[in-house]
Formats: sequence, structure tokens, C-alpha cells
Amino acid sequence: MLTLKENQLDAFFALIEKKRELYLPVEQNTGKSEFKRWVEGDKYSTALRTTRSAKNFFFAKSENLYDIEMNDKKVEVIDTRKDCNDFVIFGVRACDVRSFDVLDNVFLADPVDSYYKNRRDHGLVISMACSKPAATCFCALFDIDATSPNGDIQAWHVDDTYYFDPITEKGDAFVEEFKECFTEADDAPVRKQKEETLNKIEKLPFVKLNLDGFATEEKLTELFDRPEWKDLSEACLGCGTCTYVCPTCQCFDVKDYKVSEGKTKRYRVWDSCMYSNFTKMAAANPRLTQTERFRQRFMHKLVYYPIKNEGMYGCVGCGRCLVSCPVSMNIVKVIKTMGDN
Amino acid sequence: MSTEIMKRAAELLKSGEVSLVLGWRVGDFDYDLTPSKFRTAEDLEKNCIYNDFSAANLSKYLIKTLRKEEGKVLVFLKSCDTYSFNQLLKEHKFDRERVYIIGVPCDEKVDFDKVKTILGEDIIKMKSDGTTVTVTTTEGEEKTIAKSEVILQKCVNCKSRKHVVYDELFGDEGEVLNSHRFDEVAKIEAMKPEERYEFWRGELSRCIRCNACRDVCPACTCEHCVFDNEESGVEQKVASNDFEENQFHIIRAFHVAGRCTDCGECSRVCPEHIPLHLLNRKIISDIDEFYGDYQAGDDVDSIAPLTMFNQVDVEPSIVKSRGDN
Repeated sequence: MLTLKENQLDAFFALIEKKRELYLPVEQNTGKSEFKRWVEGDKYSTALRTTRSAKNFFFAKSENLYDIEMNDKKVEVIDTRKDCNDFVIFGVRACDVRSFDVLDNVFLADPVDSYYKNRRDHGLVISMACSKPAATCFCALFDIDATSPNGDIQAWHVDDTYYFDPITEKGDAFVEEFKECFTEADDAPVRKQKEETLNKIEKLPFVKLNLDGFATEEKLTELFDRPEWKDLSEACLGCGTCTYVCPTCQCFDVKDYKVSEGKTKRYRVWDSCMYSNFTKMAAANPRLTQTERFRQRFMHKLVYYPIKNEGMYGCVGCGRCLVSCPVSMNIVKVIKTMGDN
Repeated sequence: MSTEIMKRAAELLKSGEVSLVLGWRVGDFDYDLTPSKFRTAEDLEKNCIYNDFSAANLSKYLIKTLRKEEGKVLVFLKSCDTYSFNQLLKEHKFDRERVYIIGVPCDEKVDFDKVKTILGEDIIKMKSDGTTVTVTTTEGEEKTIAKSEVILQKCVNCKSRKHVVYDELFGDEGEVLNSHRFDEVAKIEAMKPEERYEFWRGELSRCIRCNACRDVCPACTCEHCVFDNEESGVEQKVASNDFEENQFHIIRAFHVAGRCTDCGECSRVCPEHIPLHLLNRKIISDIDEFYGDYQAGDDVDSIAPLTMFNQVDVEPSIVKSRGDN
């Protein structure tokens, strides 16, 4: 397997950054890690997860779509898209890598979202296997293998060595381009780490929850009508924390910003089904209470999405909502209450 | 202590004196408590707990609970929560007669996220005995850390151990503390304007506009928030440019000025760990300086400085002259 010593990592990053934009997790002054553009001196953070997911690279928090200019009665639509440079995201965990598949099913399905596709085409994902899973991790519940994290190139960090395994054409081309950085070495340490990590994952509290009955149309109405939604949602503040830290939440709103008389900027922003004015129509938000909004979020992830996408769940078990929800209500508590657990 | 408190609340529930209890429901890990309603003594004694992780301020939940429910509601309030309660009462958000308050003693809460940052994320059990936090990992290993090292940010400068309102109190009554809570504000005030601007731009740039700070805030009780009104042009979602975006927090701080009790919930719930309470504290410290010491929620009768005009009030020029520095 291709390897790189830890002390050569910064030189590797510098080389990538010469040819591409490089993004990786870096520890912030809060002690938490976030993805950021690498600059000389930044140290790659091996933290288990970033506070925000990696979805921002393809589905940005805020993105300008186009400008609209009106002169007299002439309306002009101006495509303001900037050329997207090739970029590399390093250190993406298996859960976040799977989230890209979840997003692809939405944004790359007909009609293709050209903004999203553009970023997807220009991005290369170097994933990083987990070796110290958190008690709040449950990716294994959704058949995600944290020790084989996918992406264009899979990577492992064992002691002072990084191991790389390209698994797509894009990945192959990348390692070919940077081949002078790597040396070949035996992958026995990787196999050992994988085995040890899988043993740890086996012992995590949520990886064996019962999902029977969620992703089926037969049970849909029954689940929808369950009285427990009311109790589960009673503490919900209606904030958007869970949806915004979630790697798979994909809802957005398109909004206009009036720059000046006759000039408008049309942009899109993350939206949240937890908000009172979400999907506002002529007759207001069809979901009048927080209970209905709360139910929507979990029904979407555990029922509607998998029904439409060959059983793939809309949750990747990253555990971010377990950590960030202000009232500690989360998808695990929903699965436990609504499922046969 | 938790067992005794729950026993007493269960008595009140059984006797019919109160029809439901607002408390903290146990979760999967001891620390992940969810504010919840308890309607039976059995549910209460089994699933409600008051411990070093019961950080959530329950006072705001009274507004919607009392609208929906009949009868009297029992609520557990820590000392800082009682200030929020009083402030809500002052703003006529509910009737005092419909609430039965059990004041619960508090000597600072534990930040479970901080514990995990220091001791590792593989924690399945977390207990605090008041001085030491003990955790158990997925591998069955036990680790400990002094509670003083993992205090929740909002408790670091606890302003008061005194319950300003209650019907019944557990533990001894505490006192208003010399909190040094304006020390951090002073540090930011001492910065040069450019430094200060950079500091806040750096902090606020992490905002994802989830609105958790607003939604948890006991002072944010508008029926329809201006940021939820898509006609306002300042809707809750991220703005088209990040400078406009940053203004949200400053506008919100001004909106709760004079009513914010400094309960610190905004900073506790922020998923991006932005020290939002410092904006509020700055305003509290200015109000103290301009109008004399004032603590929102201290009582329900006094007229708040910002809702009263007085001939000795400071002139706007003082604000301008400070701005020149």
C-alpha cells in the first residue's frame, strides 16, 4: 500500500496546495475542529469529527445563484458563477463520505443541480478511517464501515504512518500525479488497526438498534400516526441546529437580496424543516405545529428517503445531533421509541 | 438529593395540588437530559432527575405549557433560572398563581462536551458527585476529572446562588455572588477597535444561523420574531453576505437589553461555541454604569432603567464620546 510518514505530511499538503485548493480539519480556538483551507503552519487535526459536516463543500451554507438586472423594461439574468477550481478534501470520515452519496441521490437526480454537480466534479475526497469511535457513533447501524471509509482515496493513520488506497479513477490519477510523495509498504498495520477498530465498534451502544419497519411503505401510515411524536417533540425548540450540523440534511431556500434599485441577487441558503416558515405556501407552512415539523425530519430520514432510494437511509450515524441538540433530543431517541427496541 | 426532590414533587402530583411537573428526563448517557413534562408520580420518580447535568433553564417552557395545560404546573428552578422566571412574570407571560416552584440547589453544572474533549469521546457513563466527574468508557475503563475543570461556561461566573422566587426550597438559601462576570467584557473593551472588530468577526463567522440562541433565550418571547418574517428582509436563514449575517447577534443583544438576566443559555446551546453571552454582558455592564446597578429578574415590581425616562439619565453624547476611543 502507498504510505507517507507523518513528518512528511505538511510537505505533501504544500505540494497539493500548489496545484489544487486543499481543505482539511484544523483545530480552532474553541478546541473543536472544522474544515478549512490549508495554509502553511496549519496542523491536520485527527479529531474524530468536525463540528460542522463536510457537506458545505458541495452544498454550501449560502451560495449566490445569479443576478437579475432590470433596465427600463429589459430584464437581464446574469450568471455569476465563478470558475470552480479543483479542490481536495482531506480527512473525511466514513459517515461524511456516505453523506455525499445521500446528497448525490437528491442533487444529481434529474433535473441535475448544476451548481452542486460543478462542485462535485471538481472535488476529490481523501477519506480517513476511524480508529477511536465515540460512544455517540452509530454509522455501523447503516452498514457504513468506518475502517474502509471510501471516497476517491481511502486513508488510514497508524502510528507515525499514513496509508493510502485509491479506489476511483480520479483517485488513481491523483496518486499518479503525486507519486513522488509515496513509498510502498506492507499493509499489515492497517489490517490490524481495522480489526481492532471493528471490535470497538461492535461494543458501541447504538450500532445494533432495530430498524425493522422503518423503511417500508406498509408501516408508513402507522408510524406517521404514532402518538409518541407529541412527547418526543415537546422539548424541541424549533431551532435548526440538528439540520445544520447534519451531513445529510439537504433542504434549501431560494431568496432574493435587493442590492440596489433594479438589481437583485438571487441566492440559496440552507433551510430547516424545523422552522415555522419552512415550505411556506400561499396558505402558510403546511405543518402547523412543532410536532409535525419534528416528525417530518425523522420520517424523511428513516422512512421516506430510504423508500425512494433503494433502502439507503437518510442518516449516516455521525452522532452530531446527539452532541449539538440544545435539549438532547435526537434520532437515536426517536429510533428507540418508534422502533422495536 | 434528586430522589428527595422527586419524592416531594410526586407527592404534590399525587395530591392533585399540581397537574404536571416540568423537569429533566433521563437519556441514554446520564448527561443527555431532555426538558420534559411528567404527568404521573411513577414516571417522575423513574425518569426525572436533577443532577450536575440539569443545565437547561426550564422557565421559558412555562409559557407554552401553561397555555396548553389546565391546572397548576410544578417547575424545578435553579437559582439563575429564578431570575428568568421573575423577568417573564414581569412581562406578564403567565400567572404566578398557576406555578409551583421548587427551588433546587445548584453549585455549578458540568459541561459534558468539555468532559469528552478532555477524557475522550468513548464515554458511555458519566457521573458527578459534586466534586469529581467519573466516566466509564465503552471498553469498561473508569476515568475521573475534577468537576472544577469541566464547569459549564455559563456557570463559571455564577452571579447568584440565591433563589429570588420559590414556593419551596431544597437545600440552604444561597447568596448573590461577586461573580467577576464583567472581567471578560473589560478585556474586550480594552482591545483596540480593529482588534475588537476582528475578534467578533472571527467568533461570529462560525455562526450557522440555527437560531438556537434565540429559541432557548427566556428573553426572546415574541409571538412572531422579526427574523421569522420573510417580509422583513432579515429572515432567520443565512444572509446574502456574512457581514449582514454577523449583525443578527448584535441586533438580538440590543433587543433583549435590560431584560436579559445573564442566564447564559445562549452560549450553552451554541453548536459553534460562540461566546454570545459576552454581548449581553457588555450591555448589562453599560446599563449598570449609566443608570446604576440593575439586575433583570431580581424582582417583579421595579421599573427597568431602559423603560423609564429620568432627568438625570445620561445624554447620548456619552455614548458618542466612548465610541471615539
